[in-house]
Amino acid sequence: MSDKHIASVFDRDLETIQAQIMKMGGLVEESILKAAQSLEERDEELAESVRSADIAIDELEDLINENTARLIALRAPAAVDLRVILTVMKIASNLERIGDYAKNMAKRTGVLVQMTPINGSYSALRRMAREVQLMLKDALDAYIQRDAELAMDVIHRDQDVDQMYNALFREFLTFMMEDPRSITACMHLHFIAKNTERMGDHVTSIAEQVVYLVTGKMPEDNRPKGDQTSVDVALGKV
Amino acid sequence: MYDAPSLENTLDQKAIKIAATDVQVYYGDTHAIKDVSVQIQDNTVTAFIGPSGCGKSTFLRCLNRMNDTIDICRVEGKILLDNEDIYDPKVDPVQLRAKVGMVFQKPNPFPKSIYDNIAYGPKIHGLARTKAELDEIVEKSLRRGAIWDEVKDRLQSPGTGLSGGQQQRLCIARAIATEPEVLLMDEPCSALDPIATAQVEELIDELRANFSVVIVTHSMQQAARVSQKTAFFHLGNLVEYGDTSQIFTTPVDPRTESYITGRIG
Repeated sequence: MSDKHIASVFDRDLETIQAQIMKMGGLVEESILKAAQSLEERDEELAESVRSADIAIDELEDLINENTARLIALRAPAAVDLRVILTVMKIASNLERIGDYAKNMAKRTGVLVQMTPINGSYSALRRMAREVQLMLKDALDAYIQRDAELAMDVIHRDQDVDQMYNALFREFLTFMMEDPRSITACMHLHFIAKNTERMGDHVTSIAEQVVYLVTGKMPEDNRPKGDQTSVDVALGKV
Repeated sequence: MYDAPSLENTLDQKAIKIAATDVQVYYGDTHAIKDVSVQIQDNTVTAFIGPSGCGKSTFLRCLNRMNDTIDICRVEGKILLDNEDIYDPKVDPVQLRAKVGMVFQKPNPFPKSIYDNIAYGPKIHGLARTKAELDEIVEKSLRRGAIWDEVKDRLQSPGTGLSGGQQQRLCIARAIATEPEVLLMDEPCSALDPIATAQVEELIDELRANFSVVIVTHSMQQAARVSQKTAFFHLGNLVEYGDTSQIFTTPVDPRTESYITGRIG
């Protein structure tokens, strides 16, 4: 199959929205890393830059939604073209959510710098954010290269993130039980960990879109769920 | 979103109306249709799509032996209508065409009154014994052709005086007046404006309740809109045949994908 449409303007439009998704993905990756860095280094200025970058991310999502709506109306895309457009829309919305979580992390940085640091947890959170960012990078690479295998790999790696969250959850619980004065900070840190875990879920959803784009089907195997801790706690198993 | 075609296809498999096996068509030395086998379901709209010269119209014309009228045309293979071979020497092509009606690209009403356009077929096939019966057939056909309300007060005016869209619906009404079982349509909307096209498409969907409809169309969107099954032809081969929703979302053959997404095949 030739890659080029007879209508070359259709090709240009498709390339444009895919370039916009990549730009958005790049901004989101940067936000994740910066938010985690600002947290560890207690850098309020850096945290502020994450919050302002979120505006650009939201604007890109609007632009992508507008462009996809226009392409559907004007080109009546079918088959792979339709899947490109559907996946672009879903990925844009996933990226926007991830961007929101990064912004939320940066906001909590502002609160946490006022408090006594909790030993060791910042670097663990940063490692977790780094892992999610790498997964996102691979998911976006898989999108551009139409690589379903790499996407499946990303889906499976979400388990590691879930396990990191579980470990942090237990850690924060222990801190709070040992020293009730740490509860406020630990609650914030727990939300950050949980939000980072949710970012991983959104990255997984992006990777699933890649599989759908390439194969026309959503991945079938139920990915392993590593995040059971909070349920176990509620049931008194921890 | 309401997706009638795929729902219906999963719920009940329709009976096979036409079964074609290894059909070959030659125009002189030109091999126009190569090894085409396809089963067309009853009460289903089947769309034939493909680039110009791919053989879709040729194949359509095999289904009611319209190709018999072309001297150099030779058809091989088997085409069964309700399990009876339509190319059997005992079959009278005229009777066959009463069962397998056809609508063409350009509306071609007879240069007669609207009434006579419809009444002609039933008359020569002896479907009406009295004038009253014939009146009934004319009204019923025009109603099914979704044009009755527009012409009921001027049945004696010439059919050629109608607008293009009305003429085409008149031709469809004429085609269904002989109570065919299959309706073949060769680009029935290509000469119509979007409103008339929508009316004809709505009509095609209604006709599906009583007939098996086969439509050749160059408009992919039209095939997607009106059909439940789609067959893609390319260079005389039947490349892919399947549920319309599958063909337009996840075609199996790369040639189908190239064609429906508007890429150079």
